[in-house]
Amino acid sequence: MLLRGQNGSGKTSLMRAIAGLLSLESGEILWGGEPVLQQRQLFHGSLVWLAHSSGLKADLTLVENLEFERALRPQSAHEPEHVFERLGIERLKGLPVRFLSAGQQRRVAFARMLLADVSLWLLDEPFTNLDQDGRELVIELTEEHLASGGLCVMSAHQDVDIAATIKTVSL
Amino acid sequence: MSDNEAQQPAILAGLIAVIRRDLLLAWKRPGDVLNPLFFFAMVCTLFPLAVGPGATQLMFIGPGVLWVAALLATLLSLNSLFMSDYEDGSLEQLLVSPQPLPVLVLGKTIAHWLCSGVPLVLVSPLLAATYRMPTDVIGVMMLTLTLGTVCLSLLGSIGAALTVGLNRGTALLSLLILPLAMPVLLLGANTVSLAADNEMYSTGIWALGAYAVAALSLSPYATAAALRISNE
Repeated sequence: MLLRGQNGSGKTSLMRAIAGLLSLESGEILWGGEPVLQQRQLFHGSLVWLAHSSGLKADLTLVENLEFERALRPQSAHEPEHVFERLGIERLKGLPVRFLSAGQQRRVAFARMLLADVSLWLLDEPFTNLDQDGRELVIELTEEHLASGGLCVMSAHQDVDIAATIKTVSL
Repeated sequence: MSDNEAQQPAILAGLIAVIRRDLLLAWKRPGDVLNPLFFFAMVCTLFPLAVGPGATQLMFIGPGVLWVAALLATLLSLNSLFMSDYEDGSLEQLLVSPQPLPVLVLGKTIAHWLCSGVPLVLVSPLLAATYRMPTDVIGVMMLTLTLGTVCLSLLGSIGAALTVGLNRGTALLSLLILPLAMPVLLLGANTVSLAADNEMYSTGIWALGAYAVAALSLSPYATAAALRISNE
């Protein structure tokens, strides 16, 4: 699902509400037919949230950051090395995240997403700070995720060219 | 996609990972750990200089000064408990993690105590010596400080969670925490004074222990709820 809207139209707020970070005045978010507030841990075990801020510790290296993540979420069968290579960050493994550019930090955040074994991706403006190659890679990864039966809610303020069937909601 | 329930990492793994990460961060940025410790050491060493070297006077004010300085040093370090996580977005990642939030919060509080409480307790005998405190009283002081800093870290985490989204929340944090911290200060300082006067002091230690156990069982839930509210 693609959320489209101008700056300030409420895309991020809606996604934060889906992730359970924002309480709703009215209405309910359901996951598997059950309200998410009644099964928060199970629901959070099925999603990754890619926010504006990377959520990475600047003083730790890429590997240290991802190791921490491993203790929190179920991990996929992907080889970390393979994921790093695919995202073009294998050379940066030993560097503290503070030395990485904004685009490279974005790629690390994607690595965290790929290494988690979850079905729902919540991507808030995933193309920010990415170069053309990075944009194409994100689209490719999203298509693969959808093809393997996953779900994705993505917000963007421009068109996204994804081949799979997507539902666009304009805010 | 596979069924997630079976592969969820263990709760203990989450707790240990948070403690490990925060200790690693403290190791890489030692300034955050050392600042409150320097503050504690400075206040405690300046008092004898200002009051004068009279042994009776120093022995009389010693327990109070050490305890007040420890309380203020802990308050000083509490502000940063959730701040950096809030700023870099990793707090949000903890909030959407499948691990129970109170457990993760407890992990952060344990790491905070290891980085702020334990160093205070370890340097306190050196500082107590400047107040002519006898060795057996120093032992009592270290024990009360150990229990007291546990209480302060746990109570403080609630305040830190409530003020994390606020700009310049330090003053508000102190206002929130001080009323809850008063019993800890009174019990701690008075227990050490009683020990110095050769009177029975064990009641104070039991009371501090009870306070620590109550804080340990309740504060992670309060802190987790406060974090959810202030992160909305």
